[in-house]
Amino acid sequence: MNRILIVGATSAIAEAAARRFAARGDALFLVARNRDKLEPIARDLSIRGASRATVHAMDADDLGAHAAMLDAAEADLGGIDTVFIAYGTLPDQAACAADPAAAVAAWHTNAVSVVALVTDVANRLERQGAGQIAVISSVAGDRGRASNYVYGSAKAGVNAFLDGLRHRLHGSGVSVLTIRPGLVDTPMTADLDKGPLFASADKVGGDIVKAIDGRRAVVYTPGFWRVIMTIIKAVPRTIFHRTQL
Amino acid sequence: MSRTGSHPSWGRIPVSSPARVTRPVSGRTPLPSPDDRPVLPYGNGRSYGDVVINNDGTLIDTRGLDHFLAFDLDTGVLECEPGVLLADILRLAVPHGWFVPVTPGTQYVTVGGAIANDVHGKNHHMAGTFGRHVLDFDLATSDGSTRVCSPTTNHDWFAATIGGLGLTGLITRVRLQLKRVGGAFMDVDTHRFDNLRAFFELSAASEPDYEYTVAWVDCSATGSKLGRGWFMRANHRPAMGQPNAAGPRPGPNFALTPPFSLMNPATLTPLNTLYFHRKRRRRFRAAQHYQPYFYPLDGIRNWNRAYGPAGFYQYQCVVPPGDAEASITELLERIGASGQGSFLSVLKVFGDVPSPGLLSFPRPGTTLALDFPNRGDSTRRLLDSLDEVVMAAGGAVYPAKDARMSAAAFQQYFPRWREFAGYVDPGFSSDFWLRVTGDTA
Repeated sequence: MNRILIVGATSAIAEAAARRFAARGDALFLVARNRDKLEPIARDLSIRGASRATVHAMDADDLGAHAAMLDAAEADLGGIDTVFIAYGTLPDQAACAADPAAAVAAWHTNAVSVVALVTDVANRLERQGAGQIAVISSVAGDRGRASNYVYGSAKAGVNAFLDGLRHRLHGSGVSVLTIRPGLVDTPMTADLDKGPLFASADKVGGDIVKAIDGRRAVVYTPGFWRVIMTIIKAVPRTIFHRTQL
Repeated sequence: MSRTGSHPSWGRIPVSSPARVTRPVSGRTPLPSPDDRPVLPYGNGRSYGDVVINNDGTLIDTRGLDHFLAFDLDTGVLECEPGVLLADILRLAVPHGWFVPVTPGTQYVTVGGAIANDVHGKNHHMAGTFGRHVLDFDLATSDGSTRVCSPTTNHDWFAATIGGLGLTGLITRVRLQLKRVGGAFMDVDTHRFDNLRAFFELSAASEPDYEYTVAWVDCSATGSKLGRGWFMRANHRPAMGQPNAAGPRPGPNFALTPPFSLMNPATLTPLNTLYFHRKRRRRFRAAQHYQPYFYPLDGIRNWNRAYGPAGFYQYQCVVPPGDAEASITELLERIGASGQGSFLSVLKVFGDVPSPGLLSFPRPGTTLALDFPNRGDSTRRLLDSLDEVVMAAGGAVYPAKDARMSAAAFQQYFPRWREFAGYVDPGFSSDFWLRVTGDTA
């Protein structure tokens, strides 16, 4: 049995992963902004076999709330084996381009709050000498593109932060997983037209659980995104600027 | 995007082009705003025809409403949201010795869809339809109200919503009574039969002792071989050994649609003849996991694509018991003479357990179900000629599988449709409903 803290537990991807954890009897501490959405999910996970499913309402943007949440999770679970960070927003790029406050808000949720939370988590797990940190980033962090660069750059910041943290924690017993999903059919992407590149939240949730079990460092999900992003990163700037990406 | 859209029907014939798709999540108002009417719930897309089509309206994709709300391991009462799949219930319940009370030939249907089509299974002669095992549900309607419906509370709404094709409102919560089983395995006893008379004899002899009965029939056989096939009867195996053994791995996938139907006149007779002669023995018994027993086609993902880009019609009718043999003979003769039909032909004798819904399809008699690759007018003419037989016999055709029956046929098959129409939510509609009610609704 694993003791797992999930932040952003109402996200479709987090829920798909959590159902797999529940089916094997893991103990879960579930955090999200909206308690009304969290409670039916927790009840569902208990029925599916989770040995615990405690809910905790917190807005990750409120950095001052992080430490109390982590204290509560450690107390409830009796220690934490895995921290899975799954929250995020997909900001409106046009609004972010027009309004500095919107760009900063997108960065605050998708980068600053993650850096704050993971720093606290990492220190706690390092003291305990064991554990795993898994963070959902995005393929959008691999290269800044006109259509989505505020979100993408926040994710790029998270990627570099996690790379450095993984380096720092090497040999400490704590592993760090960067999860880079491609296009996923979830409520977050409800307004996008769905093409053949979209994967289901269930598929991505399954890939994440496999990567956590394998204590991987970086996972692209679905796997073909590693190839796509390798190509996108390799395109020379003069050509890249003529694309609509 | 393909012409069948992101929310197609299983038969892939009606073009699906909803103006909008909404995906309600738990804990929020499930119905779209009045501007988005008319609406229609869409579950997992296993209905064959236009009962899941609402062109230029809004589809409410219910798959996000897929949470279990309560499960009592002692009584087998399960409470859940309507987007839960029967597959999810089986995965949860079978290890605890519980099973869905009634299941169609695929486990990939939602609970909401199973109610809206009042589905039936191989145990109809004992258990009746799915709706008989529904204890109660919540129904949200576009006037903003939510009704608890059960056989005793709001029983009229209960009867309208079961088999009500999603037209009476959106089901937001369901309580079901599951059935006790010993484990995941079935004892299956399979017999070859040489003609239709032999089918009826086997079925009558099997019904008292076997919970599940169904037959595969060779729809290409004619003359003295007409109606030959394999009869399968089964019971849940009592607990023994490893009751919770995992099911088989997922099988192959039709990732792409072939450019033409793999079921065609050149393959029809050889496939059916080979299957009829697949074993030398006339009878064999085996223990089988519930998945291949109940859901052989679920092992081939997207099998509907085998019919090519033109899609296919499914035709399922029931004819009354008195002259069932004559009616089924006439139907099989017309199908055999047409050279159409396919490999997937099924016969089953329904029992006399009353169906709870105003528009429920199952009724006493014999049901025949088969697929027809879409060959345009000639296929529709054949199906119209089958309707002549069914109408003359006083039978019915199953809306969940239909994409073409006439308004006159529907109104004869479902004589309580006008009473039902009084319960149709004014904010809800479907292409099927518009088609079969014509201008008379």
